[in-house]
Amino acid sequence: MITAGIDGGARTIKVLILQDGKVLAKSSSVTGFDQEASVAQAFQSALQQAGLEREQLQHTTATGIGRKVLRTASMAQSEVTEMSADAKAAVFLFPSVRTVIDVGAEEGRAIRCEPDGRVKDFAVNEKCAAGAGTFVETMARTLEIQLEEAGALSLKAEKVIPMNAQCAVFAESEVVSLIHSGAAKEEIIRAVHEAMADRISAMARRVGVEREVVLVGGVGRDIGFIQALTGKLEMELLVPEEPEYVGALGAALIAAERASSQGG
Amino acid sequence: MAEATLTAPKREYWRWKEYNWRDESLDWRQANVISVGIDVGSVSSQAVVLCDGKLFAYSSLRTGSNSPTSAQKALESALQETGLPREKIQYIVATGYGRVNIPFAQKAITEIACHARGANFIYGPSVRTVLDMGGQDCKAIRCDERGKVTNFLMNDKCAAGTGRGMEVMAELLQVPIEEVGSASLSPPEEPPPVSSTCVVFAKSEALGLLRQNWSKEKVLAAFCLAMAHRTVELLSRIGVEKDFAITGGISKNVGIVKRIEAELGIQALKPTIDPQIAGALGAALFAKALYEKEGAGKASSGG
Repeated sequence: MITAGIDGGARTIKVLILQDGKVLAKSSSVTGFDQEASVAQAFQSALQQAGLEREQLQHTTATGIGRKVLRTASMAQSEVTEMSADAKAAVFLFPSVRTVIDVGAEEGRAIRCEPDGRVKDFAVNEKCAAGAGTFVETMARTLEIQLEEAGALSLKAEKVIPMNAQCAVFAESEVVSLIHSGAAKEEIIRAVHEAMADRISAMARRVGVEREVVLVGGVGRDIGFIQALTGKLEMELLVPEEPEYVGALGAALIAAERASSQGG
Repeated sequence: MAEATLTAPKREYWRWKEYNWRDESLDWRQANVISVGIDVGSVSSQAVVLCDGKLFAYSSLRTGSNSPTSAQKALESALQETGLPREKIQYIVATGYGRVNIPFAQKAITEIACHARGANFIYGPSVRTVLDMGGQDCKAIRCDERGKVTNFLMNDKCAAGTGRGMEVMAELLQVPIEEVGSASLSPPEEPPPVSSTCVVFAKSEALGLLRQNWSKEKVLAAFCLAMAHRTVELLSRIGVEKDFAITGGISKNVGIVKRIEAELGIQALKPTIDPQIAGALGAALFAKALYEKEGAGKASSGG
């Protein structure tokens, strides 16, 4: 059985094609102002990689903030919430996982899940940039460093300096004054990671943190954040190789379930 | 020099004007008590000079990286051309975010108390609810007829509904900060508010709206509506009792004030004195009272 999952995120759209539990192809594109065009592009490239035609897909499920648009545009036959997709994929990748922490560009989520990958409880932050990838991105820009180097730089910090601002706008002013006061870039970016980890760990504690814990979403690529969150939660985190594709993987897994139940 | 004529300086739309004011009809030499209040906020600093409790001079400047220097500069700016020497000042009270760090102030008092006291002076004793919309925070204050605080709520965690949030939007849309309010009222109809509370998210939302060919004014209207709504939520948590007044820098933004009034169904009192100096003014009034109390003690022991 061949299915696809589309994750229409705030910043990037991810498409993943799955055959009997094996990933055939994946592709992403920037969520532009024309979301349909962006999806079509990512979709086309994934199909090409897999050497497939669209008709060969038995079911496509959409997730992410743009899932309604994708559904209306007939890009997908069904939709699923980010929480369900995350939980499904997390348990698929790491069967021992009971808590999923998903930090994307503009949202953060903590999900408790059942051993079979169903959602038990969750908490979401979609209101405040300080608990999402945008926060690190904005601060990296203020520090004039590349987002990709933020993680490695953060690990070089020799001490932890506090960050008082809880808002991305205020934090930007605080970072500017830290730069002026002569603080090292690595210490400032470390402070940014610690501040964000504070907020994400607080959200995770609201739903309860049960082992094992997996970190997914694009921010899972930031080693500085992983380190900071590990410290706050006082436990090791599992991180998949391509954490940004976990939502799309979950959607594709759910698509397979739906296709087989329809078939039966 | 040549460079300056070749390249025009980049315009900074967020950059509000610094200013000072003095009452030329008042003679400080006739005053028994000269008191000063200095409000060192996170974005702006004000100094107010009172002669026997009458408004004599004030200033409003941008806060620098250092509180004592910012307080010093604000005071110097207020005293400019008044002929009043520093040593004639009998009592200084500091307030605001940087208040504890002003070595030349005799006392520090919270900005909550000072804003309530200042609003009582500006708007009269009928004021029961004061909304102070500052640079990096927003406070809803309930007070009695003497300007004494009875309750308050504060948002200092989030830029939504603060001056910094407005600066960000002014810069993004390239509308001078002083014109944001009136520009936001120019579209014939109110658009739906932006859905994001967070200023960072509202920024990306605003860009999306511009791409959909919304005018800058319409985007500002949508933004001001959301910010006003956020502020009304804060006010509603503490309850609004009439009379209602707004202080702080955003009280000059007619686009926010009108929308708060509309949502509350209550008109805000119209100020006759610059409401941005309310905190420093309250501090100066406290300074006068403290001087009279402490000074009276000295006078009696001396006699």
